[in-house]
Amino acid sequence: MTHVLDPDAPAAAIPPRREPLAPYRDVTRSDAAFRAFLHGLPGVDQVGAESRVAVLGTRSIKTTAKAWAIDTAISMVDLTTLEGADTPGKVRSLAAKARRPDPGDPTTPPVAAVCVYGDLAGVAKEALTCTDISVAAVATAFPSGRASRAVKLADVRDAVANGADEIDMVIDRGAFLAGRYLDVYDEIVAVKEACARPGKDPAHLKVILETGELVTLDNVRRASWLAMLAGGDFIKTSTGKVSPAATLPVCLVMLEAVRDFRAATGRQVGVKPAGGIRTTKDAIKHLVLVNEVAGPDWLTPDWFRLGASSLLNDLLLQRQKLRTGHYSGPDHVSVD
Amino acid sequence: MTQLFEYAPAPESRSIVDIAPSYGLFVDGEFVDGSGTPFTTVNPATEEVLSEVASATDADVDRAVRAARRAFTRVWGPMRPADRGKYLFRIARLLQERAREFAVLESLDNGKPIRESRDVDVPLAAAHFFYHAGWADKLDWAGLGPGPKPLGVAGQVIPWNFPLLMLAWKVAPALATGNTVVLKPAETTPLTALLFAEVCRQADLPPGVVNIVTGAGDTGRAVVAHEDVDKVAFTGSTEVGRSIARAVAGTRKKLTLELGGKAANIVFDDAPIDQAVEGIVRGVFFNQGHVCCAGSRLLVQENVHDEVIASLQRRIGTLRLGDPLDKNTDIGAINSAEQLARIRELSDVGEAEGASRWQPACELPDRGWWFPPTVFTDVSPAHRIARDEVFGPVLSVLTFRTPDEAVAKANNTTYGLSAGIWTEKGSRILAIADRLRAGVVWANTFNEFDPTSPFGGYKQSGYGREGGRHGLAAYLQEADK
Repeated sequence: MTHVLDPDAPAAAIPPRREPLAPYRDVTRSDAAFRAFLHGLPGVDQVGAESRVAVLGTRSIKTTAKAWAIDTAISMVDLTTLEGADTPGKVRSLAAKARRPDPGDPTTPPVAAVCVYGDLAGVAKEALTCTDISVAAVATAFPSGRASRAVKLADVRDAVANGADEIDMVIDRGAFLAGRYLDVYDEIVAVKEACARPGKDPAHLKVILETGELVTLDNVRRASWLAMLAGGDFIKTSTGKVSPAATLPVCLVMLEAVRDFRAATGRQVGVKPAGGIRTTKDAIKHLVLVNEVAGPDWLTPDWFRLGASSLLNDLLLQRQKLRTGHYSGPDHVSVD
Repeated sequence: MTQLFEYAPAPESRSIVDIAPSYGLFVDGEFVDGSGTPFTTVNPATEEVLSEVASATDADVDRAVRAARRAFTRVWGPMRPADRGKYLFRIARLLQERAREFAVLESLDNGKPIRESRDVDVPLAAAHFFYHAGWADKLDWAGLGPGPKPLGVAGQVIPWNFPLLMLAWKVAPALATGNTVVLKPAETTPLTALLFAEVCRQADLPPGVVNIVTGAGDTGRAVVAHEDVDKVAFTGSTEVGRSIARAVAGTRKKLTLELGGKAANIVFDDAPIDQAVEGIVRGVFFNQGHVCCAGSRLLVQENVHDEVIASLQRRIGTLRLGDPLDKNTDIGAINSAEQLARIRELSDVGEAEGASRWQPACELPDRGWWFPPTVFTDVSPAHRIARDEVFGPVLSVLTFRTPDEAVAKANNTTYGLSAGIWTEKGSRILAIADRLRAGVVWANTFNEFDPTSPFGGYKQSGYGREGGRHGLAAYLQEADK
């Protein structure tokens, strides 16, 4: 691959490939071995996966359980704006909302993170000082991922330097669909290294699989394992720019993957469905899925996030309804 | 927030059903008193008495059969087939309209979770009426010869595991083909049949076309033995099925029997494991395992045994056992003290014979009849829990090494009602399904039902088919050859 980011730089020596965790150390020793490993994962029967989420979708979450679920969901939101028209003003207003989602009710928990493009990470960071709210930045030529690796890594370093605590990278779907799994793996490893922060823990790495482009649930399972083996801290469904974004069957398969991965390696990886989750009902269905598939260990903002923008207002409306017994209306929550 | 995600109780309201303190028999379009000693029907989740139900004697059954015969010769038999179809469509719609009522009543009387009665039993019962309503005026094209003729009066005896659904499986094809019926529901679950009687009246079904006689074994025997019954249809245990076959032998009566099962659910090493685990759970814990086609024998390829069992146990740990009316309940109550005793006895035998019993940590309610989901590993094909039908939430796990061994072990049963195959390999599904001696073979799914699909058994699982085009033949005279 050629690139002109720094045409005078000498060609870097290729470092030895970083091995995955035991017991999977040797699966990346060659393209063939990695392919055999990923294709050897148990298949996913789409009909069965859909019927499982349909049954879990009938869970009836009421009263105290609903109150708990709504507050938990709010605390898991990565409040997101990813538009060409984003400005510092827009990001600051989003940050204010993240701190105090419902100005009328100080018991409302803050959200988990604000998610922006890398160039606005500094603005978000400043607006969120003295809070536990993280700044997440999308990087690696988001959303398509169509750029040279050098550009992608520069994008990541930029975002980290601007103050991002979390990096939401996209995988190279082209390479994945062409079967060049090691390329995808190496890129995630390189991005993870680019997340380093001097004197601090590295920025958290969320790996966006863009499942709407991978299409099959078999691919989702393979990409999930690939991202976890490469060191991703979170696996995330989508950029939000491709339809379908987060769906329940996809989330089911990813939750099964993190569950099985922890059982095998001892390392826990988080899950973030993003895009298309707009209602409290959707959010609660996701929480039920987490609870019954991966288990309660994942039911915290450290291990499960909801990438969304309009969802937060619906959660707030439902929260108000639960407290007061009646629905208010869209003017009782702030516009973003 | 460190507390766990505890689902708050979400009970379906029972105020929608109106259970009368006592019920009579439904004969000739009227509720009438029975001459036998009435019996009570009980909510198995609480042991609360729900109602008192009349018991039909030989004389009562005779009255019902005579009403059915009259209705057959005067009204239902001569009626235009399209008009019969209209009645059936009307019944199907009423079942849908009153679906919640039926679901709550079924869960109260049977103990099954409301999620199943609401999402499976009642919608499927309505679907059977819709499907057969469509056949009523198209029997000439059923491939059973020109102008197929009804048999006359059908005597039908149904079990307690799917009270309304089994009623629909019996009544819908009988009426669509022009027969009239005398139906005996199980004595522990008569209430939805009696509510169905009300639906028949609401639909203005002519009197005598459907007659419902409640009672115990003696009432069933009277229905089967009545000399003016042309057709006997029974779903239930193999033991009772055998005595019915004996009683009917040498008479002109046509007979279909849908009896027990000990289905093999075969999991190959290339199966979609997570979905297979779902299928195993659905196969044997659906309806507390009170399913004649339950996948009660898990045949798992030895090289994935440990992985599958670990996965299965983790999954079983998430099943929610308790109040059948709670919308989040997965496992309800065992239908009767007798059935619970049988499940306990067979499980104890399993342990005594050397199999290892596993049950999740699971609190059982104080009142009512309950049995936790149970898995037996180290089961040999010689053990009774691998051969006898438990009819409860008890899974026996056996292993195999090759496809031939899987087929041999799957077929090594006196039953043959259903089987399941789990593999991602399409060619293997077809090859194995061909060799399984079972009426229904599911591939990468289990306990999936549809009125268009015939259902029935091999060997001691009975004979005759219900549902689909094949099911119509059981209620029609054979064409002249």
